[in-house]
Amino acid sequence: MSDQHIDPTLLRGLVNRRLGRRNVLRAAGIGATAAGLAACGVKGKATGKPTQAPDQVAKFWAGKVAGTHIDFANWPLYMDPKHPELKKFTEQTGMSVTYKEVINDDAEWFAKIRPQLAAHQSIGYDLMVMTDGVEFQECVELGFYAPLDHSKLTNFAANAAPKYKVESFDKNNVYSAPWASGITGIGYNPKYVKTPPTGMHDLLNPAYRGKVGMMSDTQEIGNFAMMALGITPETSTATDWQKAAQWLTDQRNSGVVRSYYDQDYISHLANGDVWISMSWSGDIFQQNASSGSNLKFVIPSEGGTLWTDNMVIPITAANPVGAMQLIDFFYDPAIAASLAEYINYITPVPAAQAVISADAAAASGDDKAALEMVASSALVFPSASDYAKLHYYRNFKTPAEHQQYQAIFNPIVTS
Amino acid sequence: MTTGRLRARLIPYLTILPGGLWLIVFFVVPMIAMLSLSLQLGDVVHGFQQVWHWQTYTTSISAYRSQIIRSFEYGIASTLLQIIIAYPIAYWIAFRGGSRKSFYLFLLLLPFFVSFVLRTVSWNFILADNGIVLGTLKNLHLLPQGYHILATSTAVVGGLTYNYLPFMILPIYVALERVDPRLVEAAYDLYATRVMAFRKVILPLSIPGIFAGVVITFVPVSSDYVNAHILGGPTSTMIGNVIQNQYLNTQDYPTASALSFVLMAILLIGVFAYARALGTEEALEVAAR
Repeated sequence: MSDQHIDPTLLRGLVNRRLGRRNVLRAAGIGATAAGLAACGVKGKATGKPTQAPDQVAKFWAGKVAGTHIDFANWPLYMDPKHPELKKFTEQTGMSVTYKEVINDDAEWFAKIRPQLAAHQSIGYDLMVMTDGVEFQECVELGFYAPLDHSKLTNFAANAAPKYKVESFDKNNVYSAPWASGITGIGYNPKYVKTPPTGMHDLLNPAYRGKVGMMSDTQEIGNFAMMALGITPETSTATDWQKAAQWLTDQRNSGVVRSYYDQDYISHLANGDVWISMSWSGDIFQQNASSGSNLKFVIPSEGGTLWTDNMVIPITAANPVGAMQLIDFFYDPAIAASLAEYINYITPVPAAQAVISADAAAASGDDKAALEMVASSALVFPSASDYAKLHYYRNFKTPAEHQQYQAIFNPIVTS
Repeated sequence: MTTGRLRARLIPYLTILPGGLWLIVFFVVPMIAMLSLSLQLGDVVHGFQQVWHWQTYTTSISAYRSQIIRSFEYGIASTLLQIIIAYPIAYWIAFRGGSRKSFYLFLLLLPFFVSFVLRTVSWNFILADNGIVLGTLKNLHLLPQGYHILATSTAVVGGLTYNYLPFMILPIYVALERVDPRLVEAAYDLYATRVMAFRKVILPLSIPGIFAGVVITFVPVSSDYVNAHILGGPTSTMIGNVIQNQYLNTQDYPTASALSFVLMAILLIGVFAYARALGTEEALEVAAR
């Protein structure tokens, strides 16, 4: 895909999942954390990394039988509100599914579920969706995820894109199966930014003094600054982080940065408070669709961040067998297509493209145009060269490494 | 009659039992847990061990000194602004409100039926760079094009003042409402001018109200994080934001706990020093009312 002038129709590929994400107020999370501290925080909870050996899988699944009901926790606006896919699942299996949009932020969600999972109590969900960030890793290390039994995941084996089977955050999908992916790049308001941005240097342009939006998420800004410096985030070292932090500090001291935003950058971008900003592509699409704004999105020439939201089964799930059937169900190309048609995110099932094209051929009018856009969108079905430009978050090997990273980038967003 | 006397002596303790238990369970125990946590070391995966690591306090204070100082600067600025704005309003309602006093008080509390966050976020709309206020002024060439209020310290202090103003107005109103009009009449009878009557009679009698208002607002204003988050810029972070960030994003619970205690200690010392300076136990009693 071209660095500049991304066809607006391609932006169909990116739907707002992040609405409400990085919520302005994390009071609920704080409350839960405080409760957690009072309950067990003082003692701490040391848990070894669970082995990923097959016997671990056998041990977990031994004697587990399918229940009649599944509780599914997901992010807002991540499925057609009529839940057609879940209805089909219920028809096929007889299992009812309660779908709740309760996850707004990985850190907040982690703070909520940690005390229960640490005490090996139910969190009330059999399946949940978590981003491949720090909290995902911590859940793995704390043994909060049930190991998947791949002998039962036949659709996944047949239809998941090969690249999703080797992703570093969960190699061989021991614990997780992707729900959808999206891209962090540069969004801008063409009313104020006359020359379309092409790369990270546009975030330093003195002409945009006080009008550049940056994200407050340390993983996001760290990745961006490293890409700006030509550092590969996945293999970066503490020295690289220092350099990236310096880049960000210089940027802030130069006075171009308006603020470090959570998800609220998007409304500031739309009303002209911010002209150019680090953006989640889906937000740009959703903002244009909902308010008639004409925001644009580019993937910087240096690269963008590819994140993946993953289905995982909490270790204390009441119906893990059913949850795994549901995971596999979403890897049926027809179901994956139906989901992608609505959410317009990168689907982990390449075969869905043919299904969407077929649906488009059968449809007419606006529906036809919309479906054709989805089927041809490089942001729903990126090519290999598109993927080559995208980077993942830095995967922390140890909590100490994570703390070191945070200690370097936190002072930038909280100064 | 000893059992009767014993019972009589127990009754006061029994009456504070529900409140006392509440305080112990939801205040004292979490406080101790947090104090303990602030001295531990570790991480969320391997757990935190008690090692009496007092250095957390010194390192976190030196790392976030500017945010701590800034929080109190904002707190003082906002509290002073609140007094300046609240006093005339409270005065007007108390002395000119007539039969509609309760209606005016209701109007004051009306915004509380809207979520705190929503009210703060709406300032983003009102004060947008090209929005209804600044956009109009810029079009009239009354403001330079690059001017903005959002993402500055002014916006944060303004937001803090706006959000906590009713908590300043109400205690001042209560104090003014209690001023015996006959005292003011007496002042006039003794040839006091209106200004003198205000200075010598009304103002001194309303000091306990101002005191209570300051105590009620200064503490939450200084530890607020919502306003700085929603209205602030890259260099207007308050200590509340740092604590929130340490808890939820970094999961560095010891630093967050230590900073919470530092904040609490400074606030307690500040409030007690302030009470001393005003020199009245009476004032504290009014604050408690």
